[in-house]
Amino acid sequence: MVFGYSTTRHPIYQLRDEMDRLLSSVFPGNSWPAVNRPEGPAVNMWEDEGGLKVEMELPGVKDEQLDLSVVERELIVKVEVPESEPEGVTYHRRERPVGSFRRAIPLPFEIDAERVSAVLTRGVLEVTLPKSPSALPRKIEVKVSS
Amino acid sequence: MLDQQTNVSEQSPSCEETRSDRCYRPNVDILEKENELYLVADVPGALADKIDVDFADGVLTVHAPVEPASDDGRRYLVREFGKGDYRRSFRVSEQIDPSGITAEFVDGVLTLHLPKAESVKPRKIAVRAS
Repeated sequence: MVFGYSTTRHPIYQLRDEMDRLLSSVFPGNSWPAVNRPEGPAVNMWEDEGGLKVEMELPGVKDEQLDLSVVERELIVKVEVPESEPEGVTYHRRERPVGSFRRAIPLPFEIDAERVSAVLTRGVLEVTLPKSPSALPRKIEVKVSS
Repeated sequence: MLDQQTNVSEQSPSCEETRSDRCYRPNVDILEKENELYLVADVPGALADKIDVDFADGVLTVHAPVEPASDDGRRYLVREFGKGDYRRSFRVSEQIDPSGITAEFVDGVLTLHLPKAESVKPRKIAVRAS
């Protein structure tokens, strides 16, 4: 397995990360993309009425190379890419991350694992994770006693 | 940024932001084979029919638009990437045949084939034994 994600980082991105870190301390909140992110492709996650949406950039990944699962309170994304080196070529520049990876994304609440769905469109994965009924707000009736 | 001993160098500024939109610089691999150079760019989410590849005065420019963002009011819990068009330019000093440039887009990956001009292809010289 080759984890190319951190080694292919261009210095200019490291500089950008530094800047983001600086700016995020001045402007807290989530208007700036995250900085200290783990290895693997970038993730966005947001909450909507029904539950969670997770988005991941997976250029070049085929659906048969992708394995998704929800284990307890984590979404596990696994990508197995066969290692292949093209023959008879010279690399002049190599920035694209290569290799298999596994990333666990912590989820903020219980998910109804049976109803999780995912689509891979033009290299972008979008996962829909509905809230588990136990995590939905429940109305509690208050009895008035006189 | 000029790469040593390479025939394709970054043309700056590669990513000019317009006032309203963010623009991103895609990661690329540049490879050379005997008869061609080829460039592979990660442009996840790009719209195939809107991708524009331009080669003029030795400068190759790739512009790959994405669907306009519809994330107003989203409550992000994790946000590691933003969305916007991809743009990047390279100066190609190798003699290539502009009319032979071809492109393919599969699973968010754009591959450009830049065939070398006839004059620079390695030519085999037959040696006749007398």
